[in-house]
Amino acid sequence: MWRYIIKRILYAIPVLIGVNLITFSLFFIVNTPDDMARMHLGQKYVKQAAVDRWKRKHGYDKPIFFNQDANGISKFTDTLFVDQTIKLFTFNFGVSDGGRNISHDITVRMWPSLFVAVPTLLFGLVLNISFAFLLVFFRHQTLDLTGSILCIMMMSISSLFYIIGGQYLFGKLMFLVPISGYSDGWLVAKFIALPIIVSIIAAMGAGARWYRTIFLEEVGKDYVRTARAKGLGEFRVLFRHVLRNGLIPILTGVVVILPTLFMGSLILESFFAIPGLGSYTIDAIQSQDFAIVRAMVFLGAVLYIVGLIMTDIAYIMADPRVQLDGTH
Amino acid sequence: MTFKPILLATDFLWFVLLGLLALVIWRICRSNEARKPWLHVFSNGFALSASLVLATYALIATLDSIHYQPCETHQSQTVCQTRVYSVLDSVLAPLNKPMEISYSKPFATHLKSQSLHAPLKITSAWSSYISFEKRLKYDLLFAFVTAMAICFLLSLFFAKHLRFKKAGIFWLTLFTIIITLTFMYVLSRHFHILGTGKVGQDIFYQTIKSIRTGLFIGTLTTLVMLPFALVLGILAGYRGGIYDDIIQYVYTTLSSIPAVLLIAAMVLSLQVYIANHPNLFTTLDSRADLRLLILCAILGLMSWTTLCRLLRAEVLKLRESDFLLAARALGSRTITIMYRHLLPNVMHIVLITVVLDFSGLVLAEAVLSYVGVGVSPTMNSWGNMINSARLQLAREPVVWWPILSAFSFMFILVLAANLFADSVRDAFDPRTRQIKKT
Repeated sequence: MWRYIIKRILYAIPVLIGVNLITFSLFFIVNTPDDMARMHLGQKYVKQAAVDRWKRKHGYDKPIFFNQDANGISKFTDTLFVDQTIKLFTFNFGVSDGGRNISHDITVRMWPSLFVAVPTLLFGLVLNISFAFLLVFFRHQTLDLTGSILCIMMMSISSLFYIIGGQYLFGKLMFLVPISGYSDGWLVAKFIALPIIVSIIAAMGAGARWYRTIFLEEVGKDYVRTARAKGLGEFRVLFRHVLRNGLIPILTGVVVILPTLFMGSLILESFFAIPGLGSYTIDAIQSQDFAIVRAMVFLGAVLYIVGLIMTDIAYIMADPRVQLDGTH
Repeated sequence: MTFKPILLATDFLWFVLLGLLALVIWRICRSNEARKPWLHVFSNGFALSASLVLATYALIATLDSIHYQPCETHQSQTVCQTRVYSVLDSVLAPLNKPMEISYSKPFATHLKSQSLHAPLKITSAWSSYISFEKRLKYDLLFAFVTAMAICFLLSLFFAKHLRFKKAGIFWLTLFTIIITLTFMYVLSRHFHILGTGKVGQDIFYQTIKSIRTGLFIGTLTTLVMLPFALVLGILAGYRGGIYDDIIQYVYTTLSSIPAVLLIAAMVLSLQVYIANHPNLFTTLDSRADLRLLILCAILGLMSWTTLCRLLRAEVLKLRESDFLLAARALGSRTITIMYRHLLPNVMHIVLITVVLDFSGLVLAEAVLSYVGVGVSPTMNSWGNMINSARLQLAREPVVWWPILSAFSFMFILVLAANLFADSVRDAFDPRTRQIKKT
């Protein structure tokens, strides 16, 4: 198993270089650093001297891929691409175009994101699994049919509607919670309650329906028939056999998103004014701060790959039959 | 007054798509074997109604895709307007021009106070000599009679020919659609049935125009990405080796970038590019249209990875099967095997993925427009409507009608797509067929 994990980690390096190449070409070739400087200094009537000064200040004044003035190997290494790539790989995200330290911002802003994302995941998982299991218990009956249609309807509603509707109903009409905002200490519960509830409900339709399919698939398997043939009651068959086996794909499916949790949710955080990484990213997008967007893209890719590796490990731990030989 | 037809890039792709769809339907109708799963799809009442609703949306989008510029001749010299109109615009005219000063509630008749946010009076040619209640009554009566007449004529001519299991549901849905559309259209002649927006633009018109944007995002994305996913997926699975390695590397790399961020990054770069090359994009309409098309391409670039992965896995399985061995033994070329043997056998995966992706894409448009990286802000889209609604909901009195109309029209489209996709999956996916049996 260790050999496999090391192999996967090594494979991550070319993938990350590829990710970086894509974002780099997007930000530096389609828009040259000159364009970026003009964008930040004002679209027109900017003197070249001011552009050069801005570029030097942000470290964008080197050639992109090939440095003619340098000697030997540094013809290729003393360039913008290598500079920026090495910076990202050492998790030194540098200074944003607006002049803030990105790494520091990330360590501060990941906590609010986690405060919202972790309870959402836990409560959502419990709720979805219970609901899906309820539907499976009454499968092919009226309750199951109604529940399935309800799920389809819930997943047809835009997530924006849940957010806006939730804010309007609980914040503006019923005065139960503040509409948006954030605070330190225990008061935070008041602010994050609504975002958590809203995101659980918004994800419930799709989640519960998917889990229902997984459980239904398990119900059709041979071991369930064997259990019934042994004379076990429906209740015991479902809870002792189907639930446990159905949980394997569900829980291993959750593992992949665990590392990305603290990246937060872009939309939710910006609507509820939670100072997490999601709203950080969206602010960067809207103010066209490319350094932050590039750092967040890289971070997201790293975390996704970590999540994939963790999924594989989780599979081995949950199901001893799974053998990872590295071919597939 | 003459008309100069205009073919925008997205119009062209939409008609290509319609052509392909017609071709596929014709092929399906001819073959007994291909018809069987589709009969199963339409034996589901929900799917039947859903497909009718989808067809209505598609019809509106098609009307909105035939564009023209009105031209006028002055002394043997034709001068065309710079604005581009669609057939839908002329059907809905004069709603495409703002008539009020500011927000007004649906069916509002008079100004409550002088403050800007109060409902305003609607203006129309009739209003001067017939009172509001009378006009509403006449309009309702007229709409009712027209709708009944259309339904009656339809059933008179077609009821004999359409005899199948779920004919009742078919007619019920069709009549509901016809009645709803007739009522909305007739009433929209004299009233702002869904109110007006900030600068007095009609919300009903905006919502109807947004159908094209939503539908195009959902379908053109697929059209753009399908060739890549098909060719690369089958190639990776069948040829293996270095092809497989490279293709796998590409899609792993693309899918490990958070989708929203990559889309945002691409759209941002594009914005800078457009800002720096203003001479390439002359009219506002073509610029907005290009942005829609590029958004589709970007979304397609993001979504082909999933389909490619599924196709590769399926082809890996098929590669070992006997019929492919036979084909190879008979000396078929690789291209022939991929086209004649592999492609038809993975088509069910393509179909299921495409219909399942559609609703997600329509919903994604709203979110992306909210982030500011969606379609152009000048384009009518549900995302843009919802985006502006944040401020409207904070007003007093609350302006609820634009956001509610956008959400309802979007909800109906997505719900129909989801119900249809569900039935398609039931009919084509061997795995769910297994579940159904137990």
